Amino acid sequence: MATKASRAAARLMISPAVLLLLGWMIVPLSLTVYFSFLRYNLLMPGDNPFVGWENYQWFVTDTSFTAAMVNTLLLVGGVLLITVLGGILFALLLDQPMWGQGVIRIMVIAPFFVMPTVSGLVWKNMFMNPVNGIFGHIAQGLGMAPIDFFSQVPLLSIIGIVSWQWLPFATLILLTALQSLDQEQLEAAEMDGASWPARFWFIMLPHLARAITVVILIQTIFLLSVFAEILVTTNGGPGTATTNLTYLIYVSSLLQYDVGMGSAGGVIAIILANIVAIFLMRMIGKNLDA
Amino acid sequence: MGRITLNNVGKSFGAVEVIPPLDLTIEDGEFVVFVGPSGCGKSTLLRLIAGLEDVSGGQIRIDGADATGLPPARRGLAMVFQSYALYPHMSVRKNIAFPLRMAGMDKAEQDRRVAEAARVLNLTDYLDRRPGQLSGGQRQRVAIGRAIVREPAAFLFDEPLSNLDAALRVGMRLEISELHERLKTTMVYVTHDQVEAMTMADKIVVLNAGRIEQVGSPLDLYRRPRNVFVAGFIGSPRMNLITGPEAARHGAHTIGIRPEHIRVSDDETCIWKGEVGVSEHLGSDTYFHIHMAGRDEPLTVRAGGDVDLYHGDTICLKPDEAHIHRFDEKGHRIE
Ligand SMILES: Nc1ncnc2c1ncn2[C@@H]1O[C@H](COP(=O)(O)OP(=O)(O)O)[C@@H](O)[C@H]1O
Ligand SMILES: [Mg+2]
Repeated sequence: MATKASRAAARLMISPAVLLLLGWMIVPLSLTVYFSFLRYNLLMPGDNPFVGWENYQWFVTDTSFTAAMVNTLLLVGGVLLITVLGGILFALLLDQPMWGQGVIRIMVIAPFFVMPTVSGLVWKNMFMNPVNGIFGHIAQGLGMAPIDFFSQVPLLSIIGIVSWQWLPFATLILLTALQSLDQEQLEAAEMDGASWPARFWFIMLPHLARAITVVILIQTIFLLSVFAEILVTTNGGPGTATTNLTYLIYVSSLLQYDVGMGSAGGVIAIILANIVAIFLMRMIGKNLDA
Repeated sequence: MGRITLNNVGKSFGAVEVIPPLDLTIEDGEFVVFVGPSGCGKSTLLRLIAGLEDVSGGQIRIDGADATGLPPARRGLAMVFQSYALYPHMSVRKNIAFPLRMAGMDKAEQDRRVAEAARVLNLTDYLDRRPGQLSGGQRQRVAIGRAIVREPAAFLFDEPLSNLDAALRVGMRLEISELHERLKTTMVYVTHDQVEAMTMADKIVVLNAGRIEQVGSPLDLYRRPRNVFVAGFIGSPRMNLITGPEAARHGAHTIGIRPEHIRVSDDETCIWKGEVGVSEHLGSDTYFHIHMAGRDEPLTVRAGGDVDLYHGDTICLKPDEAHIHRFDEKGHRIE
């Protein structure tokens, strides 16, 4: 399959699929770019004049844009930190031989299968509600004032919910990686006088490096577009305390009916996501080579 | 120093008794080989000594001190694993220095010892490579290097050569023997290959189903196997074991005779008669597989390289009576 003729034939054969995919991607993308240069507000019908960079200018200089950028970073960073550390911890625990291992593993994986809207609502109403939630009851039982999570620590609450959803994913990947570690290496390290922390640091963690990179890459892509959890719990508030970039685009295009502005936000989001992707690809590429 | 004594040491995994209680003494500076068929408990016994498994009963003493409950690191032993168990993300230098680093030795002393080990093992040019970039033999040497820098009381080897190809295996066998000559440290070596056992050991421990069948020097075992199992296991090609009337004639249940103690003769003083089957010409020697009436297994006979016999020839065999081993019904040697 490596002759010139066969390569040409291969290219010809896959070209319809490639063209279809390209069209699938290019058409919406060009429309978005096109709209982002128009003054196009559904509340102001009429012609949609070309306004150049105006939409971008407005979007970027809006105070909620800065807030959204900071919130997005905090959200992604916070969730990554919690899920990677928590995932390593859970993987180490689940790797121990114990009674009922299979059932426990399935239970740990379970949150991953709960839909984001559902988990958002469950956390909002059953756990974090200051009157009816379990945390509220516990606080009252201990004689403390219950915390109103979504008004006192809104972003932290969202980070908590999203972490709860992604922890199983991280755990699963890291557990699989941990189980592929050659036991003789650990025994050799034990003979070499390495204590448990030393074995973890010098043997297990380097072995997990690749899996951790994979977790970070995949999660980042999904975490940049967290939306449902915010919509059903805080609606981006109070103020803009939990508005991330995705939510801000939703607000400008669907709540303020400003298609041009929304498109501009979309293009900015695409560019940011690509920067992150390139950065991560470099990182993962380096790690996968080693 | 490195004298290891096992008193009544046994091991069970759950209800399965892998090693019934046994006693064994390994003298300081000795090269001891545990040999036996696969699955007989050699690795388990070695891991008990190393401390990687807990004993189910009995006591392990190292240099007189009770080491039964000590963690592996505090027993002062170093182990070389079959899979080498090198740390893949560390350079050769870091691999070899790892035990020293764990012991908190100062950097200059670490470097000195690593350089010395690398020189001895011909690894100086590879110190900055990763294990993945080395050949099997070089990896094996790194694993040995990691063991010798610690200057342990004894080395434990678990089938260290079984992942190498035949030529390399012979070379490494010599290197390990030379290392033992130079260091004079106790070595405990596990293998299923009786050639390795015969060529390297000061003392061989033959294991079968977790039991010690015989302990002794290679030639002891070869010349005076204590039972049928040892007789059949030590020596290559295997000793011929014969039961039935021929054995009864010698007053035994089973008699054994090695291929080199049977002579091929064409005179009329025929004791055994047979038909030549497959012959293996090694140049210096030829091994004939002789089919005899009333025996399923062919008899192996060694002859000189210049004996011309062909498939289907009928020949006469003359066993050397002085070298016939006799065993009773239970398989024990009859003197
Ligand atoms: N961790 C274990 N759990 C249960 N059985 C084991 C374990 N390790 C070894 N065994 C059993 O003990 C026996 C001896 O194993 P091993 O010492 O590895 O044999 P060898 O090294 O002589 O080939 C085998 O039958 C094996 O199945
Ligand atoms: Mg073994």
